[in-house]
Amino acid sequence: MAMTTPERMNHPDDVDGENVDADLLSSLYETMVAVRHLDLDAVAMQRQGIIPGYAPMRGQEAAQVGSAAALERTVDFAFPTYRELGVAIALGVDPVSYLASHQGAWHGGLWNPAETHLAPLNAVVGGAVTHAVGWAMGARLDHSDGVAIAYFGDGASSQGDVHEAMNFAGIYELPVVFFCQNNGWAISVPTESQVAGGSVAARAEGYGLVGNRVDGNDVIAVHRATEAAILRARSGGGATVIEAMTYRAGPHSTSDDPGRYRTLAEEQDWLTRDPLTVAEARLRALGYVDAYFEGVEVQARERAAEVRDGVAALGGRPGEEMFDFVFAEPTASLLEQRRAWQEASRG
Amino acid sequence: MQRALNRALDDALAADDRTLVFGQDVGPLGGVFRVTDGLNAKYGDERVFDTPLAESGIMGMAVGLAMAGWRPVPEIQFDGFSYPAIDQLVNQVGRMHYRSRGTLPMPITLRLPSFGGIRAPEHHGESLEALFAHVPGLKVVSPSNPAEAYALLRQAIDDPDPVVFMEPKSRYWHKAGFDEAMAAERLPVGTSRIVRPGRHVTLIAWGAMVARCLQAAELGAEDGVEIEVVDLRWLKPIDAAGVAESVSRTRRAVVVHEAPLTAGLGAEVSALLMEHCFSDLRAPVGRVTGYDVPYPSPVLEDEYLPSIDRILEAVQRTLEYRRG
Repeated sequence: MAMTTPERMNHPDDVDGENVDADLLSSLYETMVAVRHLDLDAVAMQRQGIIPGYAPMRGQEAAQVGSAAALERTVDFAFPTYRELGVAIALGVDPVSYLASHQGAWHGGLWNPAETHLAPLNAVVGGAVTHAVGWAMGARLDHSDGVAIAYFGDGASSQGDVHEAMNFAGIYELPVVFFCQNNGWAISVPTESQVAGGSVAARAEGYGLVGNRVDGNDVIAVHRATEAAILRARSGGGATVIEAMTYRAGPHSTSDDPGRYRTLAEEQDWLTRDPLTVAEARLRALGYVDAYFEGVEVQARERAAEVRDGVAALGGRPGEEMFDFVFAEPTASLLEQRRAWQEASRG
Repeated sequence: MQRALNRALDDALAADDRTLVFGQDVGPLGGVFRVTDGLNAKYGDERVFDTPLAESGIMGMAVGLAMAGWRPVPEIQFDGFSYPAIDQLVNQVGRMHYRSRGTLPMPITLRLPSFGGIRAPEHHGESLEALFAHVPGLKVVSPSNPAEAYALLRQAIDDPDPVVFMEPKSRYWHKAGFDEAMAAERLPVGTSRIVRPGRHVTLIAWGAMVARCLQAAELGAEDGVEIEVVDLRWLKPIDAAGVAESVSRTRRAVVVHEAPLTAGLGAEVSALLMEHCFSDLRAPVGRVTGYDVPYPSPVLEDEYLPSIDRILEAVQRTLEYRRG
C-alpha cells in the first residue's frame, strides 16, 4: 500500500465506540476543534498580511492532540519542531505566545518553556530529538518520573540526529517517546522516497526499542499508544517509537504549492479520514447530538477570534531584546553593539 | 597540563553534583589523553560516563541535560571530529538561551582537544577557533600552561553560558610547574595576560603558540629586541582593551596562530587593534599563521606551523616598516 493513501486500520472499538471513554473522547475532540479553528485562522492571518508565514497542521490534529494529552504536564517535557500547534494547545500553552513565532516576534515563540514544559519551536527538524534524550537522562538522574517526548516527521527521520538519538535511548534505556507524525510528505518528497526499511516504526527494533505504528487520524488510537509508551517509559521499560500515520491536508507552509507534487484526488481521499470527522462519528455513536457539536464549534470560533485579536495586537519587540538574551550577561562587545544600535535607531 | 585539567574536572565534579562529564572513552579508559583518568571510578557511571561514538548526539544530549538543569561537560575526542557536532553547536547550543529568551540556560563546557603539533593522522590537528568564535552564543577559550588550564577550565564550567574549551593537545605533556597560586586565581571571562613584558613589539597568541612566541622572544632578546607576549586566552569574548593597551605601548603587533590565514582570528585581532589604537600603530599588524591548506600530514607539519623563524621574520618586518 502506498503511504500516501489513507490506511484504514482496524480497531476493535472503531465500530460502536463501546470501549471508548466518552469524557476523554469529547475532551480530545473539543481540543481538536479548537486547534482546527486556530490553524485555519493562522492561515487566514497570513493571507491578510497579519503574520508573515505559517506551517499549517490541518489533518494532524488527532496525532498532536491525542499524544500531547497523554503527557503529565508537570513532570514530562515535549520537544516540538515547527508544526506543533496542536501539541502546544493540548499542553495548555497560550496560543498567542505560540503564534508569536509565526507573527515574527521571536523565533522560538514567546511562551516560557521552563514553566510549560514545551521546548521552544525548532526549525531544525531532527535536532531536538537528541535534546529529548538528554532531558530524559537528566530526569532519570533526578529520579523523577519525567518522560520526554520528541515530535518529528517522516522527513526528519532521515536525519542522522534521529538515529543517534534512538541509539542513545536504546543504550541508556531512557524514558523517551519518539513520536513521528508521518504526514506523507516532507515538503514535496513523499514518504516512499524518504523512509527506507518499510516504516519509521520498523527502525525501533534495530535500536532495541519498541516500535508502534498507529492510525494517526484516530485520536483515541494515538492517545492509547502514547499513554502506553509513557507508562512503559515511566516504569523503566525504555523508549518507544510511535509512528502516527496521518496526512498534512494543506501545504507545507503558506509559501508552498502542493499542486506541483500531489493530486487533488489524493487530498480528497484523505479528507474522508479527517480526524475531526472520525472523532465526531464516534461521539455520535456514543449518543452525542447536534447541539453538542454546535456548542463546541461556537466556543472554538470565539476562542480563535480572541487569539486572532491577540496576535494582531502583538506588534514588534523592543530592539534591545536583540542583544539581551545572547548570554546570561552581555559581553562588553555586545554592550557596545547595543549602544551603537541605539545611536543608529535614534538618528 | 593534562593532570591540571584532570584536577580541574575532579574539583568541579566535587564542587557541584549537577556537573556531568561524558564523551567517547572518557569513562574507565580515562580519555585517550587521560584527562578524565580516575574520574569514573571516583564519581561513578552516573556522573562520568562513556557515550556512543556520535558527536552530534553527544552535543544534543548536552542540550537536553542542560534543559533539565544539569551542568554538562562533554568531550569530543578530537577537534576534527567536532565537525559533525557543529550543527548542534551552532543551531542549538549557541541559540537555546536566546531562542528561549533566557529561560533555558546552557551552562555547557565542550572540552575539545585542539590544534596540531603531535604528528597525528588527518582530522586530529584542526584549529577551529575562528569558526566557533563566529557563532553567536558561544564563548571560546584556550589555555597555554597547566596552572591556567586549571583556572580557565574551572571558570568555563562555572560560567552560565556555553564555552568551547580548546585544549592545546601538544601541551598536554608540558610539565611546567603547576603553580597553586596561579591555579587559584580568578581568570575572568574575556581577560588576556601579558606573559612576557617587552617594549618593541607585541606578539599575540593563544594555546600552544604562546610557548613558541616566548621562545621567539628569548631569541629576540639576544639581539636586543624586547618582545612583549600576550596570551589572548579568551578567543571570545576577546580582551580588546587589554591587547590594545599593550600595543599602544609597543606600537607594533604580530598575531600568531596555527589556523589558516584567511578569515582566521588574526584578522579579528588586527581589526580590533585598528579600531582601538590605529593612531599608535607604527606598522601594519602582522600575521604569522598556518596556510590556507587542509592540515597537512606529519612530515609537513613543521612546514605548516608558525616557526620561531617565521615569527622573528615577521617581527623584523614590523620593526623595519617604513611608510611608503
